[in-house]
Parts: sequence; structure tokens; C-alpha cells
Amino acid sequence: MSRELEHLSRKVIAGSMSRRDFLGRASALGISAAFAGTLLSNAAHAQTPNRSGTIKVGIQGGASTDSLDPALAANATASQVIRLWGEPLVELAFEGGLQNRVAEEYSASDDARIWTFKIRSGIEFSNGKTVTAQDVLDTFDRHAGEDTKSGALGIMRGIKDMKADGDKFVVELETPNADLPYLMADYHLIIQPGGGKDDPAAAIGTGPYMIETSEMGVRFVGKKNPNHWDPEMGYADSVELVVINDDTARVAALQSGQVHMINRVPPKVAGLVSRAPGVEVRSTSGPGHYVFIMHCNTAPFDNNDLRLALKYAMNREEMVEKILFGYGSIGNDTPINGSYPLFSGDIEQRHYDPEKAAFHFKKSGHDGPVLLRTSDNSFPGAPDAAALFQESASKAGIQLEIKREPNDGYWSEVWNAQPFCTSYWGGRPTQDQMFSTAYLSSADWNDTRFFNDGFDKMLLAARAELDNDKRKAIYRDMSVLLRDEGGLICPMFNDFIDATSDKVTGWQEINGGFDLMNFYAPMKMWLAT
Amino acid sequence: MGMVARLVAQRLALGLLLLFAVSILIFAGTQILPGDVAQSILGQSATPEALANLRKELGLNEPALSRYFSWLGGLLTGDLGTSLSSGADISSAIASRLANTLFLASVAAVVSVPLAILLGLIAVRYRDRWPDKMISAVTLASISLPEFFIGYVLIFFVAVKLAWFPSIATVYDGMGFGQRLMTVALPAATLTLVVLAHMMRMTRAAILNVMQSAYVETAELKGLTAFDVIRKHAFPNAIAPIVNVVMLNLAFLVVGVVVVEVIFVYPGMGQYLVDHVSKRDVPVVQACGLIFAAFYIGLNLVADIVAILTNPRLRHPK
Repeated sequence: MSRELEHLSRKVIAGSMSRRDFLGRASALGISAAFAGTLLSNAAHAQTPNRSGTIKVGIQGGASTDSLDPALAANATASQVIRLWGEPLVELAFEGGLQNRVAEEYSASDDARIWTFKIRSGIEFSNGKTVTAQDVLDTFDRHAGEDTKSGALGIMRGIKDMKADGDKFVVELETPNADLPYLMADYHLIIQPGGGKDDPAAAIGTGPYMIETSEMGVRFVGKKNPNHWDPEMGYADSVELVVINDDTARVAALQSGQVHMINRVPPKVAGLVSRAPGVEVRSTSGPGHYVFIMHCNTAPFDNNDLRLALKYAMNREEMVEKILFGYGSIGNDTPINGSYPLFSGDIEQRHYDPEKAAFHFKKSGHDGPVLLRTSDNSFPGAPDAAALFQESASKAGIQLEIKREPNDGYWSEVWNAQPFCTSYWGGRPTQDQMFSTAYLSSADWNDTRFFNDGFDKMLLAARAELDNDKRKAIYRDMSVLLRDEGGLICPMFNDFIDATSDKVTGWQEINGGFDLMNFYAPMKMWLAT
Repeated sequence: MGMVARLVAQRLALGLLLLFAVSILIFAGTQILPGDVAQSILGQSATPEALANLRKELGLNEPALSRYFSWLGGLLTGDLGTSLSSGADISSAIASRLANTLFLASVAAVVSVPLAILLGLIAVRYRDRWPDKMISAVTLASISLPEFFIGYVLIFFVAVKLAWFPSIATVYDGMGFGQRLMTVALPAATLTLVVLAHMMRMTRAAILNVMQSAYVETAELKGLTAFDVIRKHAFPNAIAPIVNVVMLNLAFLVVGVVVVEVIFVYPGMGQYLVDHVSKRDVPVVQACGLIFAAFYIGLNLVADIVAILTNPRLRHPK
């Protein structure tokens, strides 16, 4: 009961519940109005951030092979470290949409082809140098350069020309793109002095902390950056990240009070962890999804009836219940869900239907078993999910043969190489980016080999369309097309499951992004007093 | 002593030859693994351009043989090179990791070796009576359980429930010695439990073996106490096999503790090696492999030499 009240009082503070409603709910729980009022004022008091102490984070994903160069960041730890010391031009906002970071404001030409970002005036890097448009240009130049290894290279490709003009950074695109600002929120595109060309791993940026100690794959310590411009983040004096890749050890570190927050709580134990004293499990829906992907151009998957048969043979509810332990939501064979802007929730949901599956399987004319490849690292619980799929498909008379592949080399030998396998997607901030990353005919990672001219044309049309209603309608059509003809079986969207101790406060919900409040939890939360 | 020097030189030369063979095996092994370092670094997000750029920068387009020999050349001049994946200097990275590993191994050894031998002696003294049976049962139970299980049990009871020691053993520069000991308490305890039984059983068996001999009977007839018989007559003659098994366990404490490192988040060599194997970072894997092999060979060498020195028959061959 006290936890429910605590939750409600937080809602009032966050403004999503009125004071009157709170008192009503409190009296329904048998609490006197006077006591409820005290509760509320305590909660409000807790909302004034405490600017001291050290926030400790137990984080999964780091390895001793990592680098501080933001261009090479490829795991949760690297992304979290970047957020401590650096900032992109813009960033996802907690209330939806974008917030300005290094850019103070941005605007587009009428055809959405030329974008101008005005650099926030007077802000400094942690080394004292003032941020200029030239630094921004140099940064983008480094990520787009001939010999770049940047994870953001795909984003940079659509750019025709860039220039620094006074305090403005101007991007000219090959083709219009109404979503360009979202691309600028990519975590690789951290603004560095001189673009980081001299020393890409120097970790000098405009973020709230300066990296004082960095032992790759082990431990990072950030001390408050005195030059940081935004008083609304970076409350603790210092932030300490400890890389804990073992799930059990991470949970134990939180329970024994050695860290204040952890990411990636395994769904299997999340229920147990939430019952532990002093610990709160934070489940956030996001764009990440676990998939079964078929190559649309390879027999037998080049037959749409066979693809439909397999889609109908998937029991989505069972997957969410048994693989995600309820920490997720069912998918609809499109990579898009409610965490994307301009999402249409009215597309008919596909359900498990062995009869339809049998019908399409018969119509496809395919005979014999279908080979599905899987591995432990394609997503957590993938081999189990494959076994469940095998079971539900067999009820439709479809025989699935499962081949367990080694984790080593899965991403180079099986994914995007073999015609039917399990995999995952972390999602992207916009529908345009998700579609153009993996479903456009010319995409590098077209892992379903989906080549559809109509789809490509719709994508380009939506990109140039600045009217949101029209874009939303186009995106809806694209999702329906993928759902009915694509090679993607998307049974589930996985939640991010983090956990925090009661020694820190200030958790906020965010729609989209990554774990730990899009990796802003260490800066946006503070130590409880 | 000339003979001993010759023996040591001979063993060292053999050891070096072995190390060379090991380096070839490791190199060949990393070549057989699917995918290369560029693919492993970039992972799922690899684009063909980024792959090509990275391969060129890392020199992966060179044939494997010439990469091996340029590495060998560097090694002979004392340069372990730089890590392919992070560009960091391998020697300095390994130095701190190796120091951590040796620290943990030393703490575990300082506790476990005397304890194992003492328990072994007690077991012999009270052979087939309850202290012997209890010591054997407890140590055998602890060696039969997988080390991760022992680790988790310790974490759950000692760290989470009792909060006596920290569950994560991340040591870093600037920690005091006392704080360091406190931090590694749980992993060292786990390792002690893992290696205790082997050494204790070997001590017990070796001494019991000697206890059957005629000179022990003589000693008993002289009227020496049971402990004096063991200490003065049985133990010195049982040293060789005990040292052997102690060295094997010390080697294990240095090279075989990956699982314990992962569970307790200890920044030692094991985790460092595993990270680089998964990234196909050949120079680091080779450097770690060689260091591990050198430890194994070196400790076995010590065991051999001790065995010879403590045995007059081997010390003075006819």
C-alpha cells in the first residue's frame, strides 16, 4: 500500500495526476487527508534535487576492448560513458519529441532539404574552449570521412554538403528529410573540440561530467564538469560506473547496496528482484524487438504464402509470456510500435491461427521441414523461443527444424547471410530511420532481403512530406505492406528492465531511446537525502 | 650444484621451445575462428565501407604468415604491440591486469596452501576417525560444487544478507592494502574452497603412503609422538608429490579463474583474455596465452626442481 501511495504521490509531482485525485485515491486506501497531505509534501521535498555525493551504476555491456572514441561506441557501457562527458546537437526529450543540447535551435528550408542548427551561445567544452560551429562541422566531417569507422556513417551518407556559417551549422541533403534532427541525436555524433580529429578518445565534450578514471570494461569515474551549461542535470558530484556483465552479480551488487542502479535485469528474475526491499524495478517499453527473419528472395521464403503461413504459426502472446516473462508487448510483423512518433495503432493485430497457417502452407506448395537457425546471443532466450515456435507451428502441420549456431561469429556468418534465423533490433528514433536501415531495397542491413519498389517510393515520399498527418498515413501503409508481404516475423517488443535502489530518486519515464532513461538516469537522478 | 644448473638450463630451453609451439597453436586457433577482428569490433552494425576501412587500418589484408612473423619479431625485441580493437598498448594493459591476477592468486594461495597442508596433516593424524572424515567430506563437497555456485552462495549469504564483504571485487589504483584485501575477500574465499580439497587429499595420501614404510615404524618404536613422526620423518619424504600438486593449483589460481573473475567483477587477466578472444584481437590473445603458458611451465619447472632437490637419490645419481 505504501508503495502504491508513493507511486501516486510521484505522479502528482510529475503533474500527471491532480492533487484532488491523489487525496481521493489516498482516502480510498484508508489514509486520512492530513496524513496524505504530509506524504505529498514529503514527495515534493524529495523532488528538490540533492547536489552532492556519488551515484554508482552497475552496467552491463562493457569489454576491455572498448574505446572512448564515440565513433566506435557499440555497447551499453560505451553509450553510457559518452553521455557523461559529451552531448549531441539534439537529444530525445522525456516528454516526447526532441530537446536542444549543443544546438540552441534548428530550422528547415521549406523543402526540408537544408537544415540550419544554431549553436548554443557561450557554452564551453570541459577543457574551457568555447563551442563553435566549426567544431560541429569538424565532428561531422570526422564521422563522414573517407576512412571513418564510425557507427554513424550510414546517417552521414545522405548529406551532400555541410558548412559552418558564423554560429550556424548548415546541412544540405541529397533528398529532403523531415526527420533529419532525429538523426542528429545519434549517440555517436558527440560534438568534440576540433571534431576530435587530433585525439578522438580524449573524452572532452560539453557533458555534465569529465572522465577522471577510465579502465575499459572495468570502471569509469566522472567528476562534475564545472563548465557544463545545464543546471537541470548532473546533480551528483561524481558518477561511478562499474561494468558488471554477469546478470546475477549485477543484481546482487544492487541488492547489497554497492550500486544505486543497474541496467538489463533479466526478465526471468525481474519479478523476484521487484520483491526485494529497497529496490525498484523500472520497466520501460521501447522500440527494441526480437525477430525471426526470412529472406524474401531465397527459396522457400520467396513465396509469400509460406511467409504468411509462418507468420500465422507464431503464438505472440505465448512469446511475451514465456520469453519476456510479461516484460514486453506483442508485435505485429512490423518493426514499428507505439514508441515511435507518427505510429498508427489501428492496424489489425495478427494472432496465432493454425488453420490460416495450414491453409497458406498448403497453398505455398512447400513440402518438408523449414530450417530455422538460432543462437543464444541472437536475443535472450532465442533457442527457447525457437522451440516454442516449433511447437506452435507443428500444430499447423508445419515442421520446423532448428539448428543451434555458436554465438561466436553469429553476426557475420548467420545473420544477414542465412535465409531464416533469429535476431534482434534495438530500434531507431524514427520510423524513417528504422525503415531505411533495414527495409529499404538499398539498405546495408536489409536482413529480410525485402525489395519492394512501392515501399521505397513511399519511404522517399514520406521523408519529403512536412505535413505530419500525411506522413502518418504513408507510414501506416508501409507498416501494413511489411506486415502482409515482408520477411519479418516480429512476435514481441522487449521492454528495457532497469532497477534502482531507494537511495536514489528522480526517475522519469521516456518514450524511446535506450535503457536507464536513455542513459540519462545517472545524470537526471540524485541521491535521496 | 653444476648438475642442478645444467638441469635448470635444460628445462628452461625446453620451456622456451614449448612457448614457441604454444604461440603457433594460439595464432592458428584464432585464424580458424569464424569472422575477423574487424567484423567482431563493428558487430551487427558493420557496413561494408567501415569494414574495409578498419581491415586496412589494422593491417588485416596482410597474409597471416607475415602477420605472425612481424608479431614474433616484436616480441623478441620486448614489444607486445598494440591491441587491434582498442589501439591500447598491450604491455601496460597486461601489466596492471597481471598484477591484479597475481594479487588475488597470492591471497588465495597464502590462505589455502598452509591450510590444505595443515588439514592434510590433521587428517593423517586422526586417520579414519571423525576429524579425518569431516575434513575430507567438507573439502570434497566444496571441490565438487562448481565454482560459480560457491561464488553465488557466498555472494547471497555473506554480501547480500550479512553485508560483511562487498559482492563486487573491482580493485583499482589508489586503494589501500587493507581495503584491497577486504575487496578480494569473497573471490579469494571461493578460490580457496576450490583448490583446498586437491592439495589436502594429496598431502594426506602422500604422507599415508610414507607412513607404511619401515623407518616410520622405527620412529614410532623409538617412542616419538604421532605428530613428531609425521613432521620429522613422513612429511620431508612426501614433499615432492605435495609440491607438485601445490604448483598445479597455483598455476590454476593464475590461469584458470575466469569464471570467478566474471562473478566477482574482478579486473584480472582472465576477463581481459576472454574479451579479446571474442573480438579476435590476436596480438592480445597471443600475449595472454604466452604469459599463461609461461606461468604453467615455470611453476611445473619449480615443482620438478624441488622434487629433485628434496630427493637425495635424484640429487646424487649414480
